[in-house]
Amino acid sequence: MEHISKDTILSVENLQVKFTLRGAVLNVIRGISLDIHRGESIAIVGESGSGKSVFTKTFLGMLDSNGYIDGGHVYFRTDDTGASESIVDLTTFQSEKEWLTIRGKQIAMVMQDPMTSLNPLKTIGHQLEETVLLHHDISKQEAHERAVQLLTDVGINEPERRCKQYPHEFSGGMRQRVVIAIALACDPRVLICDEPTTALDVTIQAQILQLIRNLQSKLNLTTIYITHDLGVVANVADRIAVMYAGDIIEVGGVEEIFYDARHPYTWALLSSLPQLGIKGEDLYSIAGTPPNLQMEIKGDAFAPRNPYALNIDFVERPPFFDVTPTHKVRTWLMDPRAPRQEPPEAVRRLAEGRL
Amino acid sequence: MQAEEKKVLVDVKDVTIQFGSRRHPFTAVDRASFQIYKGETFGLVGESGSGKTTIGRAIIRINPTVSGDIIYDGKKINGKISKELDREVTQKIQMIFQDPMASLNERAKVDYIVAEGLLNLPKKLSKEERQRQVSEALNSVGLLPEFASRFPHEFSGGQRQRIGIARAMVMRPEFIIADEPISALDVSIRAQVLNLMAKFQREFDLTYLFISHDLSVMRFICDRICVIHKGVLVELAETEELFAHPTHPYTQSLLSAIPMPDPVREKKKVLKVYDASSHDYSVHKPSWREIRPSHFVWANDPEFESYKN
Ligand SMILES: Nc1ncnc2c1ncn2[C@@H]1O[C@H](COP(=O)(O)OP(=O)(O)OP(=O)(O)O)[C@@H](O)[C@H]1O
Ligand SMILES: Nc1ncnc2c1ncn2[C@@H]1O[C@H](COP(=O)(O)OP(=O)(O)OP(=O)(O)O)[C@@H](O)[C@H]1O
Ligand SMILES: [Mg+2]
Ligand SMILES: [Mg+2]
Repeated sequence: MEHISKDTILSVENLQVKFTLRGAVLNVIRGISLDIHRGESIAIVGESGSGKSVFTKTFLGMLDSNGYIDGGHVYFRTDDTGASESIVDLTTFQSEKEWLTIRGKQIAMVMQDPMTSLNPLKTIGHQLEETVLLHHDISKQEAHERAVQLLTDVGINEPERRCKQYPHEFSGGMRQRVVIAIALACDPRVLICDEPTTALDVTIQAQILQLIRNLQSKLNLTTIYITHDLGVVANVADRIAVMYAGDIIEVGGVEEIFYDARHPYTWALLSSLPQLGIKGEDLYSIAGTPPNLQMEIKGDAFAPRNPYALNIDFVERPPFFDVTPTHKVRTWLMDPRAPRQEPPEAVRRLAEGRL
Repeated sequence: MQAEEKKVLVDVKDVTIQFGSRRHPFTAVDRASFQIYKGETFGLVGESGSGKTTIGRAIIRINPTVSGDIIYDGKKINGKISKELDREVTQKIQMIFQDPMASLNERAKVDYIVAEGLLNLPKKLSKEERQRQVSEALNSVGLLPEFASRFPHEFSGGQRQRIGIARAMVMRPEFIIADEPISALDVSIRAQVLNLMAKFQREFDLTYLFISHDLSVMRFICDRICVIHKGVLVELAETEELFAHPTHPYTQSLLSAIPMPDPVREKKKVLKVYDASSHDYSVHKPSWREIRPSHFVWANDPEFESYKN
């Protein structure tokens, strides 16, 4: 693990995750490699079922009981204050006791539905203090002060009064803020947000995205933002990783992905955004369905749905090609022998600022 | 659409809807007035809890109105109406419900779910005819005939939403209320469902009331958009007119929040926060006024003057 660079906090190498389901084996994560840098905000984007949640659950030891890691490594830098620096491989963790040193403390997660992560019978203040006390050895009074501070941090007014209220007295957007406050209670170094805004309306969604952005720079947090909607991450992410059928097929800086995407699947995701549609015409929609994960996938998993597929796409899995030092893509279109392919019209309009 | 050929299909006049007890009523919709033209897609947008679904449910006669009239094709359909008219309305107006996971009867098979409305038609259909119409409807939304004998939980979210559309389409409606038909869906399936709705509109001259909180989708599909805030309609205009000249501060805050898939533009974006207490309605009362041609806003006299400039 000496090869892991200083600014990398999480380094995933060739990770494979499988599930057993009624006798069959599902290949859900198929050899992902990804470095996540300290203090960055990375978005993981892909269709429903592509494996976004499963992938990030491996950082927390939260896979369902029928799932297991079948290969690869997840290196995590637990501390980077000089001498005590240490790197652990999360895939070697066996016991709940080991996970408790990481989960919540170092890596925290905000789930999609705020109501399921809040207890309706306890006040918001009580739930925050409980979490703080679980991880810090401090007095009740100090825990209360910390709870008030956390509510202030996530932009909730009158935190003292709000502490005494129950979840049902909060609006959807405020509940989502509280869930974020709870996740921040133990000063984690990595915050994973799994579709934190799909249930919210646009104004509140925009506020939550801005909040996550601010916290990230203020606390030097590393944030991993999961969503199926490329349309919402242009502002929240520094980098974007596009997932398809258990693999990351393109990763790059946010401008590289929006203005210079190279994988036909990324083109397809962009083209199907209504913001890029032309009124009165059909919106681009991706034909077919994602592959059955029980079957062995040959070649590029997207090939059967890909209008730009080459013969080789059905035979051999493409390697990663470097577009720039920060932009990598797994498509045979990048091979020097491949025919030159222009991205579709909607994607070109976006790149040329003609929206 | 030319002004002279616009025909009003749905006319909502001064409608108020309340919940709660008579002593502690809660006004979910306050004196709403708008008209939907035949063949158009009329959007209703607003934050969660603003009363969008409540209006839709009042039009299909699930929610009773406290006052005001709902006129459909020239006939009043709210309050007490004749049995024949009730049947006619039940067939002609269909609703696609908000949550595809919760709105389908889990214990019924798909063919029953889709056929249910046909069972109550005034003219009884033979079993064969019913089956034929059900498979035609399933086919029209891109679902295979063999899916008819499956249960809803055996489908993906997008497929379930299409079952909801098939159930509405089988009735051969004139008017469809689509309540957040795509917000639970993945981007790629979202595109399929939007295209499907557009196709039906072209083929059957359908009229839609499209309820959503996602303005980027609405801009793409709606002819006109009406903005609602806490039960009060605050602005109504043709889609591009609304985007070019948003007038009410709440509309401006909604538009400022639309996410753009464009990092450079997004970084320059300034969110406008709406402060409802900025309106002083103690002396001058607000009303619904036309500020530009066919562009209406909820304002009092001083506001109206300032909005004009
Ligand atoms: N416990 C499980 N047993 C079997 N298969 C599972 C299990 N959990 C997840 N899967 C499968 O793994 C794949 C990836 O699931 P995952 O939840 O990671 O998708 P996702 O990308 O997060 O999708 P979404 O956007 O819908 O949340 C899916 O095909 C799913 O059916
Ligand atoms: N059956 C009911 N009984 C009591 N209150 C209700 C009922 N239905 C709706 N309400 C209330 O009326 C208001 C408007 O609700 P409605 O469901 O119309 O909102 P909406 O605009 O559709 O919101 P969303 O975007 O969350 O679906 C809310 O305050 C809601 O709590
Ligand atoms: Mg998920
Ligand atoms: Mg609703």
